[in-house]
Amino acid sequence: MIFLELFYTFFKIGLFTFGGGYAMIPLIQSEVMEKSWATSEELINFIAVAESTPGPFAINIATYVGAEQGYEFWGIAGRFLGSACATIGVVLPSFIIILIVARFYLKFKNNKYIAGAMSGLRPAAIALIMSAVVSMSLSVFFPQGISLDAFVSYDFITSVIIFAIMLTLILCVKKIHPIALVGLSATLGIAAGYAEKLFV
Amino acid sequence: MKFSKFKLCLQLFCSFFKIGLFTFGGGMAMIPFIQRETVEKHSWIEEGDILEILAISESTPGPIAINTATFIGYQKAGVFGSAAATFGVVLPSFVIISVISLFLKQFMDIQAVKYAFAGIRAGVIALVIKALIKLFKGCKKNLISYIIIALAFITAVLGVNVIIIIVCAGVIGLASLLISKKEGEKK
Repeated sequence: MIFLELFYTFFKIGLFTFGGGYAMIPLIQSEVMEKSWATSEELINFIAVAESTPGPFAINIATYVGAEQGYEFWGIAGRFLGSACATIGVVLPSFIIILIVARFYLKFKNNKYIAGAMSGLRPAAIALIMSAVVSMSLSVFFPQGISLDAFVSYDFITSVIIFAIMLTLILCVKKIHPIALVGLSATLGIAAGYAEKLFV
Repeated sequence: MKFSKFKLCLQLFCSFFKIGLFTFGGGMAMIPFIQRETVEKHSWIEEGDILEILAISESTPGPIAINTATFIGYQKAGVFGSAAATFGVVLPSFVIISVISLFLKQFMDIQAVKYAFAGIRAGVIALVIKALIKLFKGCKKNLISYIIIALAFITAVLGVNVIIIIVCAGVIGLASLLISKKEGEKK
């Protein structure tokens, strides 16, 4: 049953993600792509959509994947049910755990074992996002796989240029809004696309 | 339920609805809004508590926004309060994405949009790298951290299950704490 599977999958994603937001990408990649609920390209597109809409990334992606899968199964009613199952699934672990923590606030606050486990989890989250960057880069820069031709293709060169501009902006301008970056890279993408049609 | 408690739950819902509606990018971008709503406007919590609540949100699984909403809601009005606050912070995203998902696929078929997303995909990688740098700055820089980063990265690239990697990293962190404690006692 797709609705139970959506709930269960996003429950797992909610339970095993520390640090929030982008730390979820690796787990979402492995769970969602393995079930072929979305391709790598669709996921990366959706990160941009989630960046440009309000609310936590995890909720946005759960709602979206749930809606798409539910629709294939049950039409419009499935769309709502699917997004509800996935969203409740991703929220529930945090909700339950925080309720417990809030009850035993003082004990939790000074617990050395939790601090110890966290000292291992933080670097792991960093490493997992690094591996997500690697796999995302492969799918963005080499959608047809790595070959000598890929390095001189128009798409590769324009993607690398856009990426370089964005990275420079992010590193040099401190308070640049993510939506501004999404908007700028969209504009550059459109310009590059039509320039190819006109000149190449 | 008493009327005053019901009113408090309603206020929690409205405040966290606003927080959910006006924060883009989630996570840390929410802090100024949470501060304004919960400290300045309603004085539900004190200024200093924000940092502690954030630390707890970060050391428990799940999105920071959900964790913070559940925690503050519970402290103010028990389980009902936490449910009201959490529902409030989730609802805006849920509604907006539900609407967007209706026409996102058709929207993606437009040629100009395809070009736009080709550019956006390259930009997104830069955004993720930015988040990565931020996380790295907040991480303790010692030998064990670097070893965990290296091991977790290699195993993740090789395709080991993400959940296994996370559990192992937690165990290594815990073990390193216990070992360093024992050595401290010996001295």
